This record gives sequence, structure tokens and C-alpha cells, in this order.
Amino acid sequence: MDILQAVVELLKVAATDLPDDVEQALASALSKETGALPRSALSATLENICAARKDARPICQDTGVPIFFVTAARGTSYEGMADVLSEAVRIATRVVPLRPNAVDSLTGKNSGDGVGPGVPVIYFKEWQQHYHIIDLLMKGGGSENVGATYKLPDPAMGAQRDVDGVRRAVLDAVFRAQGRGCPPYIIGVGVAGTKDDAAVLSKRQLLRRLGDKSEVNGVSRFENEVLSEINSLGIGPAGLSGNTTALAVKMAVHARHPATFFVDVAFGCWAHRRRRMRFGDGKAEYE
Amino acid sequence: MSKAIALTAPLSLDQVRSLAAGDEVRLSGIVVTARDAAHRYLVERDDSDGMPFDLGDGVIYHCGPIMRRVGARWEAVSAGPTTSDRMEIYEPRVIDRYRVRAILGKGGMGPATVEALKVSGAVYLAAASGAGALLARKIVSIKRVWKLEDFGEPEAMWELEVRDFPAIVAMDTRGGNLYAEVERRSAEALATLRGKRFGG
Repeated sequence: MDILQAVVELLKVAATDLPDDVEQALASALSKETGALPRSALSATLENICAARKDARPICQDTGVPIFFVTAARGTSYEGMADVLSEAVRIATRVVPLRPNAVDSLTGKNSGDGVGPGVPVIYFKEWQQHYHIIDLLMKGGGSENVGATYKLPDPAMGAQRDVDGVRRAVLDAVFRAQGRGCPPYIIGVGVAGTKDDAAVLSKRQLLRRLGDKSEVNGVSRFENEVLSEINSLGIGPAGLSGNTTALAVKMAVHARHPATFFVDVAFGCWAHRRRRMRFGDGKAEYE
Repeated sequence: MSKAIALTAPLSLDQVRSLAAGDEVRLSGIVVTARDAAHRYLVERDDSDGMPFDLGDGVIYHCGPIMRRVGARWEAVSAGPTTSDRMEIYEPRVIDRYRVRAILGKGGMGPATVEALKVSGAVYLAAASGAGALLARKIVSIKRVWKLEDFGEPEAMWELEVRDFPAIVAMDTRGGNLYAEVERRSAEALATLRGKRFGG
């Protein structure tokens, strides 16, 4: 198999088949809901996941913006990789099919093939190994639109420049999102000294498996406590009330400038199209 | 929640007025998709531009589907709802001008739409968020498409025939609003959480 074919397959798997940890978390959420509305929303969600897998059709019609996080084999050129990824998006848009989602921001013209300036989004680094790891997020517009960046301190939220301030920013973002981004959400939090770094960091947290634990001191405790606070807001599946507003909170923290403190909150919708491919020696493995 | 109420579009004013927030419905008949670009168009267009459908007593679906050509026909591949609140700046004028009886979408809409639903006699129906694969199976045929070239596939207006399409009445003709209730209660919960500190 060549890498182009392998990436087309990665896009197809991501769009049509939800990762097992997310599906399990949704099934477990259903068992914790008692209200008719949240139960009905989660049942439709689970039924939809099965329908998509069975028919090999996209789980959600918004197949999103493909965001590739590439860890490239030693000696790989960025340009070559970027060409492969863009071409794979064009092919997948035709054959899966994906929705052509690249629109000229000023004229509104849809390119028709899913590719445009800056789309797909590619983050690229090289490492010493002889194989590639390509992580893919297909990020829907609904959940992207409810994401938010905060600059601390923020007097209105009572948020100072500390871990409690981060907590307040996350709770505020979820409250403002209500049900507009397709809850239950997966919440990524990035804390950093520049707003671009905070934004990429929060996005990267959406690649983590729901059950993984941060090794960084205190972060895991923060994630668990804030998750339970988010779920006490009662927004619920589809925003129609209930106990499950988020499935996970995932945070990472970088150093900051003494004067700056950015908190970026990224939302993944329940249809969390996250897949990883390891590609080497003409063989692809997906997880 | 009782058994689902069967609705067939076009809908009558009396039928729509009998619905209450929280009711579960199964919708059959004709719905027309319209999202961001189509809403602006519906507000700005000239009556004589040849738009090939009548939205009176009809259902507008906030949806940007994935469609596939099969021979001479179109087929819906994945077609769940998009977030409705982006249409808030146009929706009251669309409801008023075209006398639509139902808006089908997700996530709810703002106060201007709540008011328009009351004045015109229309409801907001919540379709299952993100359930594109499941809901595409409820589309039995695609009647036609309008503005495909100008707006592109997601933004074009697709006239669809649906059968037993599941939805929940989330905003009714009397101001009943499931989302407003959730927001009010979550605001109270947030205020309580702001009274605490992390680790405190």
C-alpha cells in the first residue's frame, strides 16, 4: 500500500467509524441518564454510530476540517507530505464521500474538493524513527464555533492567574456553549503564554484517549474535578438537560511570559472523529 | 414523554399550535434545507427570481447534507442538523415572509426567533445532533436542488421527502422553550461553582 491510499483509508475510517473509547463512554453515559430527553438523545447517538459503521457512511454530515498532526519518518520532506495529505483529502471527498468543506472566506465560493488555502490543516514534525505517525482530527464546525480563548485575569469571572482561574475559564466556555456544539463534549484545555500556542495545545489534547492519565503533577486531579463540575451544569446530551455534558477534560500546560496567561478551550463534539495511523514499510496500522 | 406524534408537512396552523415543548414527533412529507447562505438569500431575494418551491406552511431544515449522484438522481449520504443559532439574524424575517410552520435544526435559537414563532404560529423542532447517518435513512427521495452552483453542496437548498423523521418540539408557539429552561438552571449551577475555589 502506498501512503496516499493509506491516508485516504485513514480519512474514511475516521469519518465513518467512531473510536471504541468514545463509543463506550457514550454507552456508559446512557446508563447514567434517567430523563426521557437525554436518554432519547443518547439512544439516537448510539443508533447513529451503528448505522454509520454498517453503511460505511459518515457519522455526521459535517465531516469537518481535516487536521493532521504528522510525526514524520526521518528525512521526510514537508512539501511532499503536504501534497500527499491534500491529494488524499481530494480523493476521500469524492469516494467516501466527505462533504466539500473548503469555502473561500471572502467570496463564499466552495472549492468543491475539500482543499483550499490552509486546508487541510497540517502540523508537522520529524523524528528519528523510520515510520510515520499521523494523527487525524476531523473537526466539525459546530464544536469549533463554541471554542474560546481567555486571557487571565478576568474580573467578571473572578478568575485570577492560577489553576482556579483556568477552571473558571473552562466552566464559562462550557456554559456559553450550552448545547450548540453537540454535547456530550470532549474538552481540551491549553494553558500557555501566547494565544497561538494555547490554541494548538488545546487541540492536541483532543487526540488523547479518554481514559489516559496525565503524568504532570496535579493535572489529572484537575481534569477529573472539572469534568464533574461541568456535568453538574445539567446541560446534557444535545443540550436538552441531563447528567452528561462532557465525557472527558484533557489539559496541558506550557510555560508563559510573566505578563501573559492564555487559556484556550477546544471542544470535541460527541462524534469525535479522531484516528491515528502508523505507516512504515508500505504497511498501515490504524487505531 | 408520551408516544411520538405523527406530522405530515405541509403543516396546518392548528396542528402546529397543538404542539408543546417536550413533545416527540415523527415528521413525514416535504422539507427544504437552508443554512447560512440560503437564509441570507431568502431574506434578500426578489419574489420573481424563480425559486422553485413554496415554503408556505412548510418546514425549513438547518442542514448541509452530503449528497451523492446515483445516475440521474441524488441520494442523501449523511444529513443531520447544523447549529441553528447562526441563522438567528435572518430567521424571524424568513418565518414572517414565507409563513413557514416549522424550523428543524439543533441547539435552539434566540429571543427574536422565539417571538417570531409566537407571532406567526410556528415551532422549532430539534433533530438528533450529529446523527447524519441515521437521519439520511429517513430521507426517501430528493425532489430537487436550488442554487447548487452558487452556494455549493452544503449550502444549496435541497427539497427532500422524509418519512418518520424523529424530532422533539423544543420551542413551541406559546413561548415554551426547552433550551431556555436548561440555560436558566445551568446559570444557577455556574453561580454555585463560582462561589468555590479549586482545591478549596
